[in-house]
Amino acid sequence: MNASASGENEGLLVRRIKNGTVIDHIDAGEALNVVKILGITGTTQEALSIATNVPSRNMGKKDIVKLSNRELSKEEVDRIALISPRATINIIRNFKVCEKKGVEIPTLIEGVVRCPNPGCISNTHEPIRTKFRVLPGGLHCCYCDWVINRDITGHII
Amino acid sequence: MPTRHIISIGDFDRNDIDRLLDHAAQIDERNYDGNALCGKILAALFFEPSTRTRMSFESAMARLGGSVLSVGSVEACSMAKGETLADTIRVVSGYADAIVIRHPKEGAARLAAEFATVPVINAGDGAGQHPSQTLLDLYTIRQSMPIDGIDIAMVGDLRYGRTAHSLASALSLYNARLHTISPTGLELPANLAESLAEKGMEIIEHDDIRDVISTVDVLYVTRIQRERFPDSASYFNVASSYRITPELLADARDHLIVLHPLPRVDEIDPRVDDSPHARYFDQSRNGVPVRMAMLMQVLQ
Ligand SMILES: [Zn+2]
Repeated sequence: MNASASGENEGLLVRRIKNGTVIDHIDAGEALNVVKILGITGTTQEALSIATNVPSRNMGKKDIVKLSNRELSKEEVDRIALISPRATINIIRNFKVCEKKGVEIPTLIEGVVRCPNPGCISNTHEPIRTKFRVLPGGLHCCYCDWVINRDITGHII
Repeated sequence: MPTRHIISIGDFDRNDIDRLLDHAAQIDERNYDGNALCGKILAALFFEPSTRTRMSFESAMARLGGSVLSVGSVEACSMAKGETLADTIRVVSGYADAIVIRHPKEGAARLAAEFATVPVINAGDGAGQHPSQTLLDLYTIRQSMPIDGIDIAMVGDLRYGRTAHSLASALSLYNARLHTISPTGLELPANLAESLAEKGMEIIEHDDIRDVISTVDVLYVTRIQRERFPDSASYFNVASSYRITPELLADARDHLIVLHPLPRVDEIDPRVDDSPHARYFDQSRNGVPVRMAMLMQVLQ
């Protein structure tokens, strides 16, 4: 009964959802950062399941995030590219994969990361969202030109 | 022009700069209409003191027949008490045809431009941009020589000296070669040096001004601030070895010019003031025609 046991196991890890979004092929260990960069917190309504270090044929190990009753927009999806460029997105409607797409590195990200420069106007109480241009060398603050070139997840708001 | 605001010299391409400097030169020859901005109002919002920059903008506006609502740093701060800069800018947009802003936070002018319904000119935001200074530096160089291909030595605090940073960036558009001479710990920031090199600029570090004094065309001197050093003895030690003196300039090329964004403290010996190399007072005076050209660009 090996097959059925592993099937049960699989069922527990990646239970099917009726409607929502499945983010697959996340780099192992990055699932929580994916959740963070999407702005999903303890106060959001959606049912969320996270599987980490799932064996994967192509990646060795991968993480999976499932989000019920919410379809992520392209802007939200593309933020994931900053931390896990191989991730794939499946939009689920009535248990069926309706759309499957990769993530693309965005050119501009707003309201996602905080500027590390304490002298930057975006770190005051002004009514603005942080704004960074995504360039090969890193994320450039549109206000003060500061560059974040490592540990992007450490700067997520 | 990419926008009607003037926020960062980085928003200018070579043509934009040349056109503005040409216009400033025309103005300098008194070839302008003294009523060009008659009826226009400039709001000068200075959230930190900078008497020279403010007076220079006021003078520029007055020479073009316009008027200025000047708000000093103390009033600006009390005006802004509890209010966001965004709100202040929205309100002041209703009082004036253009806003010139100086603010201690980096990116403040960029933010102001987002909320203003009139053009915004950046007169310095924290350690960030100060485009009118860069334009008048370029203008002063151009009065003495073509900017293309010059050898410029930047001396002093190149780490925090924002005027040096943005002048260096602008000079990368003119194939200038940059020589840097700065105390340990006050060198040009590595990321800036990298980005200048990417733009094709050759940067050469030196330990001593004497190594380059006989080969450069421009000496750009910046202030070394006492508070960057642990004690006054080490400050005086460093400051004296970076001081520009007539003896040092004896080896300079005839056409070498000495620039300084002012105010100076000990960086330039007052005996240099009468030398034909000294151009820092012209540089400061050039702020008026350059700012007149800037105001006409955004207000006409
Ligand atoms: Zn910033």
